[in-house]
Parts: sequence; structure tokens; C-alpha cells
Amino acid sequence: MPAAYDGETVTRRGLFTGGAMAAGGIATAAFALPALGFAVGPILEDAAEENFQDVGPEADFNTNTYVSKVISLPESEGTGEAGKTTIYLRRTDEKRDTDELGQLYIAISTRCTHLGCPVRYVTASERFICPCHGGVYSFDGKVSGGPPVRPLDRFETKVDRGRVLVGDRFSLNSKLERKKPRDPSNHLDGLWQYLYPSRPTT
Amino acid sequence: MSLLPKSTKRRGGNGNGSPAESEATGNGPQIEGALLRGGERRPANGNGNGNGNGEGNGKVNTQALKETATEIPIQAISWLDERTGGSSTLRGVLLRKVPAHDWSYTLGSAVLFAFVSQAVTGVFLAMYYDPSATQAYRSVQHITDEVFMGELVRGMHRWGATVMIILLFLHLGQTFLYGAYKYPREINWVIGVVLLVLTLAMGFTGYLLPFDQRSFWATIVGVNINASGPVMGPYLADFLRGGPEFGAATLSRFYAIHMLLIPGLMAALIGAHLYLVIRLGTTAPPWAKAKKRRELSREEI
Repeated sequence: MPAAYDGETVTRRGLFTGGAMAAGGIATAAFALPALGFAVGPILEDAAEENFQDVGPEADFNTNTYVSKVISLPESEGTGEAGKTTIYLRRTDEKRDTDELGQLYIAISTRCTHLGCPVRYVTASERFICPCHGGVYSFDGKVSGGPPVRPLDRFETKVDRGRVLVGDRFSLNSKLERKKPRDPSNHLDGLWQYLYPSRPTT
Repeated sequence: MSLLPKSTKRRGGNGNGSPAESEATGNGPQIEGALLRGGERRPANGNGNGNGNGEGNGKVNTQALKETATEIPIQAISWLDERTGGSSTLRGVLLRKVPAHDWSYTLGSAVLFAFVSQAVTGVFLAMYYDPSATQAYRSVQHITDEVFMGELVRGMHRWGATVMIILLFLHLGQTFLYGAYKYPREINWVIGVVLLVLTLAMGFTGYLLPFDQRSFWATIVGVNINASGPVMGPYLADFLRGGPEFGAATLSRFYAIHMLLIPGLMAALIGAHLYLVIRLGTTAPPWAKAKKRRELSREEI
């Protein structure tokens, strides 16, 4: 394109071509970006509000063995039966439990920390056993065999007027130190823990 | 020939006026003219302008009827072709030259057939399926047990998925072993690998939809395998679940991905894949040798 006059840097045609492309780009971005944000939005949403559920009177639980209870996960609302999960509860045994979590009742999540299958407590061996890939956990939820990467997650507990209440889930490293909740398969020990930072949703 | 639509406007034609001759030439060349030869799309009509045969003798001219019956589809095709140019495209696609080949060259078409079969059965399954966490399992039971031929259509979709993945890997192996990924067909290899990944993603998202115990836990495990990727993994898992926990949003997400997002991408990529196959042609099998140039004989020199 020859310039209309000396020293012209942008031709009329160039300006219109650029303008039309910019208008098209803006129009596309105007629907594409909100749609994309709509699709990925859930990864940025904050964790649900703290939520405590009553699982029974204190008399239901003891220090020797686990009692199973069913709670519903607040984030899984609307999934019917699928949104419910079994947890295992017992009272802290001061001689056996040397962790510093300071909870009178221990509520163990049944979600295997390998890939999330439901573990089962076997009373005879005092172990949690996962049916999917052979993960085994000891009485306090620490890994004693198989592929899991960290101890079983736990739930907050508190006692209110003689009833035991179960709250949010949290994760633990191998020393049973409290961490923000993670997905199964996310390590919380050694150098590995830096590859799995906590997220806004948890 | 009064039954024939007026043919005076047509050019071309070999100018033979007698119906006998026109029958002798047969309709073969005319069909070929309509379908095959782009340059001579207007069919050569041998009948010229009404030649008086059959007029006035009062009885039904069966030969004219016969000719009319064969003429109408040819005319319909040339009408279409004149307006779309479809015949030259179809000729380029369907009648292109291919090297001497074996049956393994049909694997790509087999995968395409599997894809089309999945698309058709999937569309019809969607008419009865309900992607809500509380109704999904019931609606799949309804399809299997109560809808007429529902078991068959669902079975075709369910087993067809496996067949498609087997065929895909055979197609991939054939392409690899025959060296068909080499210059200038690298882009087609890349597109093919993307299609493979998308097909596996179809398998993963489709597995959840029956929403029974097996699909529920398989998806939990599958999503957590995604979560095991360092740094980005947990975010990817959140994206797939639509939040930190497997919930009602997860099923509708998987459903949308399974029946809208990935099939659209796949259809577009299959189009690109086929375009490149037609543009570049297929590779000759590795054992095919170029013909040796024959020594010229003394006489020929």
C-alpha cells in the first residue's frame, strides 16, 4: 500500500484492518472469557462454611475400638446416597495417642489417601484396609503398608452438651501434624509436600 | 420423446437423432458424465429435439418411459451438481488414486465408522438419559429394561466404545509400522494422537454416566489420579469435579464434556485428519517397490 502522504506510518486500510480484527477479538473475548471462567470457576471458590454434624452421645464411643457413623459431606449436596460417607470414631486414649492435635474424639475419614477408595476398619487386626489397591493403615491411621502417601484424614470434633459433633476434614503428615485438607494422592512429607500446595477450595 | 423434459437447452450431446443410437450408447456414459467428469457435467443427450418417433401411433411407448425413468435421476443429479460442484469433490475424495495396499488400510475407516456409530447411539441414548445424581442410575435402568430395544442401543454404545479404542490402537500401530507418520504426514500423526487422547477422555467421562457403584468409584479413583500430578494436579481434579468434593455438579460436568465438548472437538479434528489424508494421499506399504526402469530395446531406440 503506498502511503497517502510523506511520513504516513499507518495507512487507511491498515487502520481499518487492525480495527476490524480488534473489534472481532474483543467480541470473541467478551463471550469466551466469561464462559471459560464459568467452567473453571469451581477451582477458585472458597471452602464451604464450617459445618458440624451430630453423630451421637458421648456414651457411644470408647477408647478401644472404632465405631462407624454416616455423615453427609456438605460439598456433595444433591447427590443423594452418593454424598454420604462413613467415618470411624473413637475416644482419644492418652497413653496410645501421643499426637498434639488436642481432640478428645478422633474421627477418621474412610477415604484412602492413595486414590480415594473407601477403607474398612478390621477389628481383629486393628488396621484400616483399602479394597482397591491394598493400602493398610494402623490403629491411629498412619500408613503401615501399600501405596498410600500419608495417614488417613480426620475430621474436627467437639463435644456439646454430651453430644459428639463432627466438623470439617483436615489432612495429616506422617508425624500426625495437622495440615489443610488435600486430595488423596497428595504427599505431605519431605520435598514432595511442596509440589502439592493447599488450594482455595479446601 | 414428449415425455422427456425439454432438452433443447442442453449443449453438448453427440447430436445423434435416432433413439436406437441413443440406446446403443446406453446411459452409462451419461451417468459418468454427471458424476465423474467435472468438465462435462451437462449430460450428453442423444435424443436431440423431438424426433417424432412414437408420436401419433397411439400406443404407449415403453422405450420412452424407460428412458424417462433413467433420465430423471440423472437430471436430478446434474441439477444438484450444477449448483454445488459436488461431483468433482466426490470424485477427488472417493476415486482418488491409492497405492497398492492391503486390508490394514481400512482401519482408519473402521475407526470412523465406530465414531459415527457411537455418535448416533449416543444421541438416541441422550433422549432417555437423565444426568442428575439422583435420577441417572434409574434412567439407565429404564433404558436397559423398559425402553424398546434400549438394551441393544445401550449395549452398542457401551461395547462400541471398547471396539473403537481397540480399532484406534490397531490404526495407530499400522500407521507406525508402515512408517506412514513420516514426511509430509507429521501433522496428521499429531492430529491422530490428539484424537486418541480425546477418545480415551470420552471413555473416562462416559464411564461415570451409568452412575452405579463401579462407575462412581472408578471416577473417584480416576479424578484422584489426576490430582496426583504435581502442582497443577489438584486444580485439574477440582476442575473435573466442579469443586473440592465429588458432587451433583460432577455428573452434569462429565455429561456435558462427554456429549458436547469432546465430540465437537473430535468431529472437527476428524475433518482435518480426513482432509490431510485426501490432500497427501496414503503411504505405499513398505514392501511396495517402485517399478524398475526397463532397458529400452534396440528396436525402440
